[in-house]
Amino acid sequence: MKSKTPAHCRVCPAPVLFTIKAILGRARKRKRKCILGGAFRPRRPTCGFTVFQPNPVSEQNMMSLPMYCDRLDIPLPDKPYQDVLSAADKSLKQKEKGPWNNLSKEEKIALYRIMFKETYAEMKRPSSEWKTVFGGIFFFVGLTGLVVFWQRIYVYPPSPRTFEEEWQAKQVKRMLDMQVNPVEGFSAKWDYEKGQWK
Amino acid sequence: MSLPKPIMRGLLAKRLRFHLPIACIMALLAGATFKFTVAEPRKQAYADFYKKYDSMKDFNAMREAGVFESVRPSGE
Repeated sequence: MKSKTPAHCRVCPAPVLFTIKAILGRARKRKRKCILGGAFRPRRPTCGFTVFQPNPVSEQNMMSLPMYCDRLDIPLPDKPYQDVLSAADKSLKQKEKGPWNNLSKEEKIALYRIMFKETYAEMKRPSSEWKTVFGGIFFFVGLTGLVVFWQRIYVYPPSPRTFEEEWQAKQVKRMLDMQVNPVEGFSAKWDYEKGQWK
Repeated sequence: MSLPKPIMRGLLAKRLRFHLPIACIMALLAGATFKFTVAEPRKQAYADFYKKYDSMKDFNAMREAGVFESVRPSGE
């Protein structure tokens, strides 16, 4: 019937994977032109290399087609999970067209598994990913701590003199002399008669 | 299986009917709590401070400590 190797577009060397008819398996000999319009035609050699089509991997041409996904927020994916049905599945699908009360429990589950890969319960199953996440967080925070510590020793300039103990003491005395916040704040906590903190 | 039809409308209104009065009461409570734990004591503290405040005494104390630039301590 059809040869195993895919028919090739006459314009560009890409195999005819990008026509709808090719996808449906009915690529006709006449229409051997794909919608890429020669996008993957090998160009004149510039900079010493030509651009050819990428290797046709089976995943490559599925990106432009409806895809199946197991997501909590997408209850009805774009396509059923099982595309190619065995003969038993096909007969089950025929039976599905009738009243559903005739279906047994196992048949209903089989139909579900044809349409979907995982149930919601399976999608929501807990994983141990949080351990990796927290482990990674702690590890990198620790690493950063070491880096900061090294910085403190080897990078920082000397501290300003306003940070010295003596300077700080003189600063506090001056604030009390000025009666900073005497009602409810700083100086309110100083006992001026006794000369000590209240 | 004949389940009763779930409520389709008025969900926000129903929630607001319940939560809005509670929100108003909580807001009023928060305001009242702040007033009586922070504002009133603060006003009282200021009133008490200024009842027995002698500004000249404090000025002279500050002057002797040397914090002013316009008046130096009386010794100099």
